[in-house]
Amino acid sequence: MNDRKPPGRQNPMEAAATRNKKTPVKLSRDIQARLGQQLRAMYDDVVEQGVPDRFADLLNRLDDSGNKGKP
Amino acid sequence: MAIDESVRQAILGAVPSLRAFAISLCGSVDRADDLVQETLVRALANIDSFQPGTNMAAWLFTILRNHFRSEYRKRRREVEDSDGHYAESLKSQPEQYGRVEFSEFRTAMAKLPTDQREALVLVGASGFSYEEAAHICGCAVGTIKSRVNRARTRLAELMSIDSAEDFGPDQATRAVLVGNDRN
Repeated sequence: MNDRKPPGRQNPMEAAATRNKKTPVKLSRDIQARLGQQLRAMYDDVVEQGVPDRFADLLNRLDDSGNKGKP
Repeated sequence: MAIDESVRQAILGAVPSLRAFAISLCGSVDRADDLVQETLVRALANIDSFQPGTNMAAWLFTILRNHFRSEYRKRRREVEDSDGHYAESLKSQPEQYGRVEFSEFRTAMAKLPTDQREALVLVGASGFSYEEAAHICGCAVGTIKSRVNRARTRLAELMSIDSAEDFGPDQATRAVLVGNDRN
């Protein structure tokens, strides 16, 4: 089914709406803040896991200074 | 090689954030941890090029990001639809990214182009300034700003957010879940 209208019959409001889909819409501060909260929550979920042993072990293996990361 | 204690502490201090960034780039915890490991090996091999007093995290992020990009380009030649491939890898490992309540947001993030996703994460979650993010990504500050803006707009579209109320009950549920989980 082809439901596209001939270009000549598109009214200016519709044309503007189509254009707006391509240009970034200004997001409200509220929505930006809430997207930011979700992003940080997801990120911090990983950060809170701390340093897995494999990375501390790796630094110890690569370090031959005898300075083995005393607690 | 000998690793100075202050350098060791600075590197270990950056690892949690480096992992979170790596996971946001490649979508898999296992792959991300390999990426972090390769980054640390490279960083220590080139520790002489680190300028003491500058930001260790930013330096490590730059190495990780460049390494990921060269790997990514390599794999792109092998797998044509790289972003689709990324989305698939998330689907097959739904629990790997983190807790399940982030699934909607995570799915939307996976659909962002890599340029936009990394800019958004660096500025919006890692806490880097636009200038630092531009340095890490090797581009202009204005480019980072426009990528972050496009990422936010696209995320809102993907999550069909027309108004803040759309976050309403769902957001409240998430907050409760997160709260309970952290008790």
